[in-house]
Amino acid sequence: MAPPRHRGRGFSRRIQYGLFVGYVVAIVGIVAGLGLVLVARFDPVAFQGIRGLALDLTSPATAVFGNVGRGADEIGGGLSSYLDAARQNRALRAELEATANRLIQARATEYENARLKRLLHVVERGTQPIVVARLIGSDAANHRRTVTLAAGTSDGVRAGQPVRGPGGLVGRVAEAGARVARVLLVSDGGSSVPVRVARTGQPALVAGKGDGTVEIKSTQLGAPPLHRGDLLFTSGTGGVFPAGVPVAVVLSVSGDLATGRPLAEPARLDVAMVLPEVELAPPPAAPVGSAN
Amino acid sequence: MARQPLGFGQERPPVRLWLVPAASVVAGSLLAIGPYVANVPLMPPFGLLVLIGWRLLRPEIWGAWVALPLGLIDDLIGGAPLGSAMAIWTIVMLGFDIVDHRMLWRDFATDWGLAMLALAFATSAAWAIALFTGGAGPYWTVVGQMLLSALAFPMVARICRAIDIWRRGERGRTA
Repeated sequence: MAPPRHRGRGFSRRIQYGLFVGYVVAIVGIVAGLGLVLVARFDPVAFQGIRGLALDLTSPATAVFGNVGRGADEIGGGLSSYLDAARQNRALRAELEATANRLIQARATEYENARLKRLLHVVERGTQPIVVARLIGSDAANHRRTVTLAAGTSDGVRAGQPVRGPGGLVGRVAEAGARVARVLLVSDGGSSVPVRVARTGQPALVAGKGDGTVEIKSTQLGAPPLHRGDLLFTSGTGGVFPAGVPVAVVLSVSGDLATGRPLAEPARLDVAMVLPEVELAPPPAAPVGSAN
Repeated sequence: MARQPLGFGQERPPVRLWLVPAASVVAGSLLAIGPYVANVPLMPPFGLLVLIGWRLLRPEIWGAWVALPLGLIDDLIGGAPLGSAMAIWTIVMLGFDIVDHRMLWRDFATDWGLAMLALAFATSAAWAIALFTGGAGPYWTVVGQMLLSALAFPMVARICRAIDIWRRGERGRTA
Protein backbone atom coordinates (compact mmCIF):
# COMPACT_ATOMS: atom_id res chain seq x y z
CA MET A 1 0.00 0.00 0.00
CA ALA A 2 1.31 3.42 -0.84
CA PRO A 3 1.83 5.70 2.11
CA PRO A 4 -1.08 7.97 2.93
CA ARG A 5 -0.07 11.46 1.97
CA HIS A 6 0.65 13.60 4.91
CA ARG A 7 -1.61 16.56 4.31
CA GLY A 8 -1.88 17.60 0.73
CA ARG A 9 0.97 20.06 0.36
CA GLY A 10 -0.57 21.93 -2.50
CA PHE A 11 -0.23 25.50 -3.58
CA SER A 12 -2.61 26.81 -0.98
CA ARG A 13 -0.85 29.47 1.07
CA ARG A 14 -3.19 28.90 3.96
CA ILE A 15 -2.36 25.20 4.27
CA GLN A 16 1.35 25.86 3.89
CA TYR A 17 1.30 28.53 6.61
CA GLY A 18 -0.69 26.20 8.83
CA LEU A 19 1.89 23.44 8.40
CA PHE A 20 4.75 25.85 9.01
CA VAL A 21 3.19 27.22 12.20
CA GLY A 22 2.57 23.65 13.38
CA TYR A 23 6.25 22.80 13.02
CA VAL A 24 7.35 26.01 14.74
CA VAL A 25 5.02 25.25 17.66
CA ALA A 26 6.33 21.69 17.86
CA ILE A 27 9.99 22.76 17.93
CA VAL A 28 9.36 25.55 20.44
CA GLY A 29 7.49 22.94 22.51
CA ILE A 30 10.45 20.54 22.44
CA VAL A 31 12.77 23.29 23.63
CA ALA A 32 10.30 24.27 26.35
CA GLY A 33 9.98 20.62 27.41
CA LEU A 34 13.74 20.21 27.70
CA GLY A 35 13.81 23.46 29.69
CA LEU A 36 11.25 22.01 32.10
CA VAL A 37 13.44 18.91 32.46
CA LEU A 38 16.34 21.18 33.39
CA VAL A 39 14.14 22.85 36.01
CA ALA A 40 13.29 19.40 37.40
CA ARG A 41 16.99 18.61 37.57
CA PHE A 42 17.84 21.58 39.75
CA ASP A 43 14.56 22.01 41.62
CA PRO A 44 12.91 18.61 42.10
CA VAL A 45 9.94 20.05 43.99
CA ALA A 46 9.04 22.59 41.30
CA PHE A 47 5.44 22.67 40.03
CA GLN A 48 4.33 20.93 43.20
CA GLY A 49 0.85 22.48 42.87
CA ILE A 50 -0.11 21.19 39.43
CA ARG A 51 1.63 17.86 39.94
CA GLY A 52 -0.19 17.36 43.23
CA LEU A 53 -3.49 18.18 41.54
CA ALA A 54 -2.82 15.60 38.83
CA LEU A 55 -1.94 13.06 41.52
CA ASP A 56 -5.26 13.70 43.25
CA LEU A 57 -7.21 13.48 40.01
CA THR A 58 -5.68 10.17 38.91
CA SER A 59 -5.77 8.47 42.31
CA PRO A 60 -9.35 7.13 41.97
CA ALA A 61 -8.19 5.04 39.02
CA THR A 62 -5.81 3.18 41.30
CA ALA A 63 -7.94 3.26 44.45
CA VAL A 64 -10.94 1.61 42.75
CA PHE A 65 -8.94 -1.48 41.87
CA GLY A 66 -7.03 -1.51 45.16
CA ASN A 67 -8.88 -4.46 46.64
CA VAL A 68 -8.67 -6.52 43.47
CA GLY A 69 -4.95 -6.01 43.24
CA ARG A 70 -4.52 -6.96 46.85
CA GLY A 71 -6.45 -10.16 46.37
CA ALA A 72 -4.48 -11.18 43.29
CA ASP A 73 -1.25 -10.40 45.07
CA GLU A 74 -2.19 -12.66 47.96
CA ILE A 75 -3.26 -15.51 45.70
CA GLY A 76 0.15 -15.41 44.03
CA GLY A 77 1.89 -15.42 47.39
CA GLY A 78 -0.27 -18.27 48.66
CA LEU A 79 0.42 -20.47 45.62
CA SER A 80 4.15 -20.07 45.75
CA SER A 81 4.29 -20.73 49.49
CA TYR A 82 2.25 -23.91 49.01
CA LEU A 83 4.67 -25.21 46.40
CA ASP A 84 7.56 -24.29 48.61
CA ALA A 85 6.14 -25.58 51.89
CA ALA A 86 8.66 -28.29 52.82
CA ARG A 87 11.72 -26.15 52.27
CA GLN A 88 10.05 -23.23 54.00
CA ASN A 89 9.20 -25.41 56.98
CA ARG A 90 12.81 -26.45 57.45
CA ALA A 91 14.02 -22.89 57.06
CA LEU A 92 11.46 -21.58 59.54
CA ARG A 93 12.37 -24.22 62.11
CA ALA A 94 16.03 -23.27 61.89
CA GLU A 95 15.12 -19.62 62.08
CA LEU A 96 12.94 -20.21 65.14
CA GLU A 97 15.81 -21.84 67.02
CA ALA A 98 18.11 -19.01 66.12
CA THR A 99 15.55 -16.37 67.12
CA ALA A 100 14.78 -17.94 70.49
CA ASN A 101 18.36 -17.26 71.51
CA ARG A 102 18.31 -13.79 70.04
CA LEU A 103 15.08 -12.99 71.85
CA ILE A 104 16.62 -13.69 75.23
CA GLN A 105 19.57 -11.53 74.29
CA ALA A 106 17.25 -8.79 73.08
CA ARG A 107 15.26 -8.83 76.30
CA ALA A 108 18.43 -8.45 78.26
CA THR A 109 19.57 -5.59 76.03
CA GLU A 110 16.19 -3.92 76.28
CA TYR A 111 16.33 -4.04 80.03
CA GLU A 112 19.82 -2.66 80.05
CA ASN A 113 18.85 0.01 77.58
CA ALA A 114 15.91 1.16 79.70
CA ARG A 115 18.15 1.36 82.72
CA LEU A 116 20.84 3.30 80.92
CA LYS A 117 18.31 5.73 79.50
CA ARG A 118 16.86 6.37 82.92
CA LEU A 119 20.38 6.90 84.13
CA LEU A 120 21.19 9.40 81.45
CA HIS A 121 17.76 11.05 81.44
CA VAL A 122 17.67 10.71 77.69
CA VAL A 123 14.48 12.24 76.44
CA GLU A 124 13.24 10.43 73.39
CA ARG A 125 12.28 12.77 70.63
CA GLY A 126 8.61 12.46 69.85
CA THR A 127 8.27 10.24 66.79
CA GLN A 128 4.50 10.33 66.65
CA PRO A 129 3.49 9.51 63.10
CA ILE A 130 1.83 12.27 61.14
CA VAL A 131 -0.57 9.88 59.45
CA VAL A 132 -0.97 6.18 58.76
CA ALA A 133 -2.26 5.39 55.29
CA ARG A 134 -2.39 2.72 52.64
CA LEU A 135 -0.04 2.46 49.69
CA ILE A 136 -2.36 2.40 46.69
CA GLY A 137 -0.28 1.93 43.58
CA SER A 138 2.48 3.07 41.29
CA ASP A 139 3.29 3.85 37.68
CA ALA A 140 4.78 0.77 36.07
CA ALA A 141 6.16 2.65 33.06
CA ASN A 142 8.12 5.21 35.06
CA HIS A 143 11.87 4.90 35.48
CA ARG A 144 11.80 6.29 39.01
CA ARG A 145 10.65 3.85 41.69
CA THR A 146 7.73 5.56 43.31
CA VAL A 147 4.54 4.52 45.03
CA THR A 148 1.39 6.50 45.76
CA LEU A 149 0.17 6.87 49.32
CA ALA A 150 -3.46 7.60 50.18
CA ALA A 151 -2.70 10.69 52.27
CA GLY A 152 -1.79 14.22 51.25
CA THR A 153 -1.29 17.76 52.41
CA SER A 154 -4.73 17.78 54.03
CA ASP A 155 -3.37 15.12 56.42
CA GLY A 156 -0.19 17.08 57.08
CA VAL A 157 2.01 15.23 54.58
CA ARG A 158 4.79 17.37 53.06
CA ALA A 159 7.53 16.62 50.55
CA GLY A 160 10.66 15.31 52.23
CA GLN A 161 9.07 13.44 55.11
CA PRO A 162 10.24 9.87 55.74
CA VAL A 163 7.77 7.00 55.35
CA ARG A 164 8.02 3.66 57.08
CA GLY A 165 6.01 0.47 56.85
CA PRO A 166 5.62 -2.41 59.28
CA GLY A 167 8.73 -4.07 57.85
CA GLY A 168 10.99 -1.07 57.68
CA LEU A 169 11.74 2.15 55.87
CA VAL A 170 9.68 2.61 52.69
CA GLY A 171 11.17 5.87 51.47
CA ARG A 172 10.58 9.59 51.42
CA VAL A 173 7.66 11.73 50.25
CA ALA A 174 8.61 13.20 46.86
CA GLU A 175 5.50 15.30 46.25
CA ALA A 176 2.13 15.66 47.88
CA GLY A 177 -1.30 16.44 46.52
CA ALA A 178 -4.25 17.29 48.74
CA ARG A 179 -5.30 13.67 49.30
CA VAL A 180 -2.55 11.59 47.69
CA ALA A 181 1.22 11.73 47.92
CA ARG A 182 3.99 10.16 45.86
CA VAL A 183 6.70 8.38 47.82
CA LEU A 184 10.19 7.79 46.43
CA LEU A 185 11.20 4.27 47.46
CA VAL A 186 14.46 3.32 49.12
CA SER A 187 15.21 1.23 46.01
CA ASP A 188 14.94 4.24 43.64
CA GLY A 189 18.12 5.12 41.81
CA GLY A 190 18.20 8.57 43.40
CA SER A 191 17.65 7.52 46.99
CA SER A 192 20.39 7.20 49.57
CA VAL A 193 19.93 6.60 53.29
CA PRO A 194 22.63 6.80 55.97
CA VAL A 195 22.54 3.55 57.95
CA ARG A 196 24.37 1.60 60.58
CA VAL A 197 25.14 -2.13 60.41
CA ALA A 198 23.34 -3.86 63.28
CA ARG A 199 26.11 -6.40 63.89
CA THR A 200 29.14 -4.12 63.92
CA GLY A 201 27.73 -0.64 64.33
CA GLN A 202 29.75 0.67 61.39
CA PRO A 203 28.20 3.49 59.36
CA ALA A 204 27.23 2.87 55.74
CA LEU A 205 25.11 4.30 52.96
CA VAL A 206 22.19 2.46 51.37
CA ALA A 207 21.75 3.64 47.77
CA GLY A 208 18.92 2.43 45.54
CA LYS A 209 19.79 0.69 42.27
CA GLY A 210 16.44 1.20 40.59
CA ASP A 211 15.69 -2.49 40.03
CA GLY A 212 14.23 -3.39 43.41
CA THR A 213 17.56 -3.88 45.14
CA VAL A 214 19.90 -1.55 47.00
CA GLU A 215 23.64 -1.12 47.10
CA ILE A 216 25.43 -0.78 50.45
CA LYS A 217 28.54 1.35 50.52
CA SER A 218 30.64 1.52 53.60
CA THR A 219 31.46 5.09 54.59
CA GLN A 220 34.27 4.07 56.91
CA LEU A 221 37.74 3.15 55.74
CA GLY A 222 38.92 -0.30 56.81
CA ALA A 223 35.53 -1.25 58.20
CA PRO A 224 34.91 -4.93 58.95
CA PRO A 225 33.37 -6.62 55.89
CA LEU A 226 29.62 -7.09 55.62
CA HIS A 227 28.12 -10.55 55.70
CA ARG A 228 25.11 -11.99 53.96
CA GLY A 229 22.11 -11.46 56.22
CA ASP A 230 23.45 -8.35 57.95
CA LEU A 231 20.67 -6.00 58.99
CA LEU A 232 20.92 -2.28 58.38
CA PHE A 233 18.96 0.38 60.21
CA THR A 234 18.89 4.16 59.88
CA SER A 235 21.58 5.96 61.79
CA GLY A 236 19.81 9.32 61.84
CA THR A 237 22.95 11.00 60.53
CA GLY A 238 22.20 14.15 58.62
CA GLY A 239 18.62 14.46 59.82
CA VAL A 240 15.57 13.58 57.71
CA PHE A 241 15.30 9.92 58.74
CA PRO A 242 14.70 9.03 62.39
CA ALA A 243 17.34 6.71 63.86
CA GLY A 244 16.71 3.03 64.41
CA VAL A 245 14.30 2.19 61.56
CA PRO A 246 15.24 -1.07 59.78
CA VAL A 247 16.12 -0.40 56.14
CA ALA A 248 17.59 -3.38 54.33
CA VAL A 249 19.21 -6.79 54.63
CA VAL A 250 22.44 -7.76 52.86
CA LEU A 251 21.95 -10.40 50.15
CA SER A 252 25.40 -10.73 48.63
CA VAL A 253 28.84 -9.24 49.16
CA SER A 254 31.62 -8.81 46.64
CA GLY A 255 34.61 -6.86 47.82
CA ASP A 256 33.64 -3.45 49.15
CA LEU A 257 30.22 -3.46 47.52
CA ALA A 258 27.27 -5.27 48.93
CA THR A 259 23.81 -5.75 47.46
CA GLY A 260 20.74 -5.87 49.61
CA ARG A 261 16.98 -5.99 49.60
CA PRO A 262 14.78 -3.35 51.26
CA LEU A 263 13.00 -4.79 54.28
CA ALA A 264 9.74 -2.97 53.67
CA GLU A 265 8.09 -4.72 50.75
CA PRO A 266 5.88 -2.04 49.26
CA ALA A 267 5.01 -4.56 46.54
CA ARG A 268 2.50 -6.01 48.97
CA LEU A 269 0.64 -2.69 49.00
CA ASP A 270 0.66 -2.47 52.73
CA VAL A 271 -0.02 0.35 55.11
CA ALA A 272 2.67 2.92 55.76
CA MET A 273 3.32 5.59 58.32
CA VAL A 274 4.48 9.11 57.50
CA LEU A 275 6.90 10.37 60.11
CA PRO A 276 7.91 13.96 60.81
CA GLU A 277 11.13 15.02 59.22
CA VAL A 278 13.89 14.92 61.82
CA GLU A 279 15.54 18.28 62.06
CA LEU A 280 19.16 18.60 62.90
CA ALA A 281 19.86 20.19 66.24
CA PRO A 282 21.04 23.77 65.69
CA PRO A 283 24.81 24.08 65.84
CA PRO A 284 26.11 25.11 69.24
CA ALA A 285 26.47 28.86 69.67
CA ALA A 286 29.87 30.26 69.01
CA PRO A 287 31.75 30.79 72.25
CA VAL A 288 31.54 34.40 73.30
CA GLY A 289 34.88 36.00 73.99
CA SER A 290 38.10 34.25 73.10
CA ALA A 291 40.40 32.76 75.68
CA ASN A 292 43.36 35.04 75.41
CA MET B 1 -5.49 3.82 1.09
CA ALA B 2 -7.87 6.33 -0.32
CA ARG B 3 -8.40 9.27 1.95
CA GLN B 4 -11.90 9.37 3.26
CA PRO B 5 -13.31 12.84 3.57
CA LEU B 6 -13.80 13.59 7.24
CA GLY B 7 -17.34 14.65 6.62
CA PHE B 8 -18.22 11.01 6.11
CA GLY B 9 -19.97 10.69 9.44
CA GLN B 10 -21.81 13.95 9.10
CA GLU B 11 -24.63 13.13 11.48
CA ARG B 12 -22.16 12.57 14.36
CA PRO B 13 -21.16 15.49 16.54
CA PRO B 14 -17.86 16.66 15.04
CA VAL B 15 -16.28 17.01 18.51
CA ARG B 16 -16.07 13.24 18.68
CA LEU B 17 -13.84 13.15 15.62
CA TRP B 18 -10.92 14.80 17.37
CA LEU B 19 -11.76 14.13 21.00
CA VAL B 20 -11.86 10.33 20.73
CA PRO B 21 -8.26 9.85 19.53
CA ALA B 22 -6.95 12.29 22.14
CA ALA B 23 -8.98 10.59 24.87
CA SER B 24 -7.67 7.18 23.81
CA VAL B 25 -4.07 8.43 24.19
CA VAL B 26 -4.84 9.74 27.68
CA ALA B 27 -6.49 6.41 28.50
CA GLY B 28 -3.28 4.70 27.38
CA SER B 29 -1.30 6.89 29.77
CA LEU B 30 -3.70 6.00 32.59
CA LEU B 31 -3.14 2.30 31.92
CA ALA B 32 0.34 2.46 33.42
CA ILE B 33 -0.80 3.48 36.90
CA GLY B 34 -2.43 0.70 38.79
CA PRO B 35 -2.83 -0.98 42.14
CA TYR B 36 0.56 -2.66 42.15
CA VAL B 37 4.07 -1.58 42.96
CA ALA B 38 6.49 -2.30 40.16
CA ASN B 39 10.10 -3.01 41.08
CA VAL B 40 11.21 -2.61 37.48
CA PRO B 41 9.59 -0.37 34.84
CA LEU B 42 8.40 -3.13 32.49
CA MET B 43 5.06 -1.69 31.41
CA PRO B 44 5.24 -0.28 27.87
CA PRO B 45 4.44 3.44 27.60
CA PHE B 46 0.89 2.82 26.36
CA GLY B 47 0.12 6.50 25.88
CA LEU B 48 2.91 6.79 23.34
CA LEU B 49 1.96 3.45 21.76
CA VAL B 50 -1.58 4.68 21.14
CA LEU B 51 -0.29 8.00 19.81
CA ILE B 52 1.98 6.17 17.35
CA GLY B 53 -0.90 3.88 16.43
CA TRP B 54 -3.03 6.89 15.48
CA ARG B 55 -0.15 8.63 13.74
CA LEU B 56 0.43 5.63 11.48
CA LEU B 57 -3.27 5.01 10.88
CA ARG B 58 -4.43 8.58 10.25
CA PRO B 59 -1.54 10.96 9.62
CA GLU B 60 -3.93 13.73 8.59
CA ILE B 61 -5.78 14.22 11.87
CA TRP B 62 -2.89 15.69 13.83
CA GLY B 63 0.13 17.90 13.44
CA ALA B 64 3.27 17.11 15.39
CA TRP B 65 2.35 19.75 17.99
CA VAL B 66 -0.44 17.57 19.37
CA ALA B 67 2.21 15.58 21.24
CA LEU B 68 2.89 18.62 23.46
CA PRO B 69 -0.38 18.66 25.42
CA LEU B 70 -0.70 14.86 25.34
CA GLY B 71 2.88 14.46 26.57
CA LEU B 72 2.28 16.99 29.33
CA ILE B 73 -0.76 15.00 30.48
CA ASP B 74 1.31 11.80 30.41
CA ASP B 75 4.01 13.45 32.54
CA LEU B 76 1.41 14.60 35.04
CA ILE B 77 -0.20 11.17 35.24
CA GLY B 78 2.98 9.13 35.46
CA GLY B 79 5.04 11.39 37.70
CA ALA B 80 7.95 11.74 35.27
CA PRO B 81 9.68 15.12 35.31
CA LEU B 82 7.42 17.64 33.57
CA GLY B 83 8.49 18.20 29.99
CA SER B 84 10.10 14.81 29.40
CA ALA B 85 7.26 13.11 27.51
CA MET B 86 6.38 16.52 26.00
CA ALA B 87 9.79 16.75 24.34
CA ILE B 88 10.25 13.05 23.54
CA TRP B 89 6.80 12.50 22.01
CA THR B 90 7.06 15.63 19.88
CA ILE B 91 10.47 14.54 18.58
CA VAL B 92 8.93 11.15 17.71
CA MET B 93 6.07 12.86 15.83
CA LEU B 94 8.49 15.06 13.89
CA GLY B 95 10.49 11.93 13.06
CA PHE B 96 7.37 10.34 11.56
CA ASP B 97 6.76 13.49 9.49
CA ILE B 98 10.29 13.23 8.08
CA VAL B 99 9.87 9.52 7.34
CA ASP B 100 6.54 10.18 5.63
CA HIS B 101 8.21 12.38 3.05
CA ARG B 102 10.92 9.81 2.27
CA MET B 103 9.21 6.44 2.24
CA LEU B 104 7.48 5.37 -0.93
CA TRP B 105 6.13 2.03 0.13
CA ARG B 106 4.62 0.91 3.35
CA ASP B 107 2.96 -2.12 4.88
CA PHE B 108 2.23 -3.30 8.37
CA ALA B 109 5.75 -4.72 8.85
CA THR B 110 7.40 -1.38 8.07
CA ASP B 111 4.91 0.38 10.33
CA TRP B 112 5.81 -2.01 13.11
CA GLY B 113 9.51 -1.47 12.47
CA LEU B 114 9.06 2.32 12.54
CA ALA B 115 7.07 2.09 15.75
CA MET B 116 9.84 -0.06 17.25
CA LEU B 117 12.50 2.50 16.33
CA ALA B 118 10.39 5.28 17.81
CA LEU B 119 9.78 3.32 21.02
CA ALA B 120 13.44 2.35 21.36
CA PHE B 121 14.33 6.02 21.13
CA ALA B 122 11.52 7.14 23.45
CA THR B 123 12.17 4.62 26.25
CA SER B 124 15.92 5.22 26.12
CA ALA B 125 15.40 8.98 26.21
CA ALA B 126 12.97 8.68 29.13
CA TRP B 127 15.55 6.58 30.94
CA ALA B 128 18.27 9.14 30.25
CA ILE B 129 16.07 11.98 31.52
CA ALA B 130 15.27 10.01 34.69
CA LEU B 131 18.99 9.45 35.18
CA PHE B 132 19.68 13.13 34.59
CA THR B 133 17.02 14.37 37.01
CA GLY B 134 17.89 12.11 39.91
CA GLY B 135 18.34 8.44 39.26
CA ALA B 136 17.19 5.52 37.18
CA GLY B 137 17.75 1.81 37.18
CA PRO B 138 20.28 -0.12 35.11
CA TYR B 139 19.84 0.05 31.32
CA TRP B 140 18.58 -3.54 31.01
CA THR B 141 15.26 -2.43 32.49
CA VAL B 142 14.75 -0.33 29.35
CA VAL B 143 15.39 -3.33 27.09
CA GLY B 144 12.60 -5.28 28.79
CA GLN B 145 10.26 -2.34 28.32
CA MET B 146 11.20 -2.10 24.63
CA LEU B 147 10.54 -5.79 23.97
CA LEU B 148 7.15 -5.65 25.66
CA SER B 149 6.32 -2.51 23.66
CA ALA B 150 7.19 -4.36 20.45
CA LEU B 151 4.84 -7.17 21.38
CA ALA B 152 2.08 -4.78 22.39
CA PHE B 153 2.17 -2.62 19.26
CA PRO B 154 0.11 -4.86 16.90
CA MET B 155 -2.62 -5.08 19.53
CA VAL B 156 -2.62 -1.31 20.06
CA ALA B 157 -2.73 -0.73 16.28
CA ARG B 158 -5.80 -2.98 16.04
CA ILE B 159 -7.50 -1.17 18.90
CA CYS B 160 -6.81 2.17 17.20
CA ARG B 161 -8.33 0.83 13.98
CA ALA B 162 -11.43 -0.37 15.84
CA ILE B 163 -11.80 2.97 17.62
CA ASP B 164 -11.35 4.76 14.30
CA ILE B 165 -14.15 2.80 12.69
CA TRP B 166 -16.44 3.53 15.61
CA ARG B 167 -15.36 7.18 15.73
CA ARG B 168 -16.30 7.79 12.12
CA GLY B 169 -19.50 5.86 12.40
CA GLU B 170 -18.49 3.43 9.66
CA ARG B 171 -19.61 0.34 11.42
CA GLY B 172 -21.25 -2.04 8.96
CA ARG B 173 -20.05 -0.07 5.97
CA THR B 174 -16.41 -1.11 5.78
CA ALA B 175 -16.00 -4.03 8.15
